[in-house]
Amino acid sequence: MDKAQYKNVYVFCEQREGKLQNVALELLGEAHKLAADLNQEVYAILLGHDIKGLSKDLIAHGADKVLVVDDKCLETYTTEPYAQAIYQIITDYKPSIVLIGATTIGRDLGPRLSARVTTGLTADCTKLEISEEKELLSTRPAFGGNLMATIICPDHRPQMSTVRPGVMKAMDRDDNRKGEVIEVKVNFDESKFKVKVIKTVKSEGKLVDISEAKILVSGGRGVGSKEGFEMLGELAKVLKGEVSSSRACVDAGIIGHERQVGQTGKTVRPDLYLACGISGAIQHLAGMEESELIIAINKDKYAPIMSVADIGIVGDVNKIIPLLTERLKSLVK
Amino acid sequence: MKIVVCIKQVPDTTEVKLDPKTGTLIRDGIPSIINPDDKGGLEYALQLKEQYGAEVTVITMGPPQADAVLREAFAMGADRAILLTSRKFAGADTLATSNALAGALRVLDFDLVLAGRQAIDGDTAQVGPQIAEHLGIPQVSYLEGLEYDGKKTFRIKKQLEDGYQIVEVESPCLLTCLASAVKPRYMSVKGIVECFDKEVEIWDTDKIDVSEEKLGLKGSPTKVKKAGAKEMKAAGTVHDGLTPEEAVELIINKLTEKHII
Repeated sequence: MDKAQYKNVYVFCEQREGKLQNVALELLGEAHKLAADLNQEVYAILLGHDIKGLSKDLIAHGADKVLVVDDKCLETYTTEPYAQAIYQIITDYKPSIVLIGATTIGRDLGPRLSARVTTGLTADCTKLEISEEKELLSTRPAFGGNLMATIICPDHRPQMSTVRPGVMKAMDRDDNRKGEVIEVKVNFDESKFKVKVIKTVKSEGKLVDISEAKILVSGGRGVGSKEGFEMLGELAKVLKGEVSSSRACVDAGIIGHERQVGQTGKTVRPDLYLACGISGAIQHLAGMEESELIIAINKDKYAPIMSVADIGIVGDVNKIIPLLTERLKSLVK
Repeated sequence: MKIVVCIKQVPDTTEVKLDPKTGTLIRDGIPSIINPDDKGGLEYALQLKEQYGAEVTVITMGPPQADAVLREAFAMGADRAILLTSRKFAGADTLATSNALAGALRVLDFDLVLAGRQAIDGDTAQVGPQIAEHLGIPQVSYLEGLEYDGKKTFRIKKQLEDGYQIVEVESPCLLTCLASAVKPRYMSVKGIVECFDKEVEIWDTDKIDVSEEKLGLKGSPTKVKKAGAKEMKAAGTVHDGLTPEEAVELIINKLTEKHII
């Protein structure tokens, strides 16, 4: 393989029902940095139906070129049409790097593609860098977050990595950025489309995405009950934030899985992460330690959460939280 | 119907601890288990066997001691067990692992392949879809519900971040399962007694249909450049012995300083 033929940083920009996923913009921001280090360009790959309008958003967030494949068969995601489209783009355009968001869609598509192309795929990276040899260094947690491993793909191209939502930072929108939109025609082999979507059902109730919240009031075993979480909810309301949780309370059925922070939940990086009664297992820390400001309240001063907290307070959440809520209420007035 | 379930022996990572002095993993004494998502896949296979009749084969790639998870699968109700073990498989990344398993599946008869969504020691969720690609069969990942029409069609409830999808696919196909969606049965007493008399077939690379360059370290596009303990950020301050009132003042001051309130 002549690696020199492979150039530029490509991002699979996932959209659902015409709405770009945040992770796509986050990856464009990261791709922009990598491309600068390589002195190359950022290509956004946009697949769907009637989605051309999204191109300008991708350019405003860092794409130099947008490759659009607009086809009815791409309207709702299924593996094979998406794999065929990106496989053709990889074959024709020869990317050096392909980044994919580690959503349920990205984690279904990425491995299928890597096997079709015969290249390496590094899952759920938390850090991407370019080495002196101009190779992609993908760092990811291993063994449940206990170790960090840096992975390379020395002899195959493209170098592919997935990144979980919330890990990288999107660039600020800049509508003055210039970019080029290229429509790509794909020769689909429809005889291979074997999976039929019967229906898509959205979960009921107001959808919360804790990875988008600026402020998280997060509870663990030390909060421990529905009443305890109502107390956190009060505080979150005053702070205009959301309530999140460690795994213990999700497993205990006190709170829904969609609010779980950590290795098997979501990665978050809010402006404020207030950890209440969370001891901080490594799997939990992996999901929140990039938060701007971490304040931890815990009875145990040796709890691991204290080692990542900017401010650790040894004390009783059940006494401190209601008091804090009252004080904040009076301040807001 | 013939069902093959791909399983992996993993350390029970909820028990993994770091050596505080060296920063390395303490692996001694950590129990090995069937990867939970894979066990979910096995449970679905056994349910299909009960309802429609099926031969359930479990397969794993690993060191000789991975025999233990295959015996557990026997005790749960699997009919046949295959252990892919050889030095030539060692050092495999996900792609080389999927090549080995696909190589074995090519010489097995199957209507349905079940795998776990991901393994708790790697969390990559890659091997299932990669096997499907090598075999040229469709995949459905993140399965949290399964119905079968008794003939050819599977109706699957597929988990999404914000809900779920109902999809249909015909056999042969590969499905990756979630542990949270199904409660695996316990081993039966009879099964436990009998599992040690059953034969776990040991397969080397000569038994499977794949070229050797695609296996093990040689067949792995990714390499580990370095591994190490996590960099911890600079420690903050821990305040002990504050009254709740003092603690609240401290928090409010910090939130004001950071313009959060």
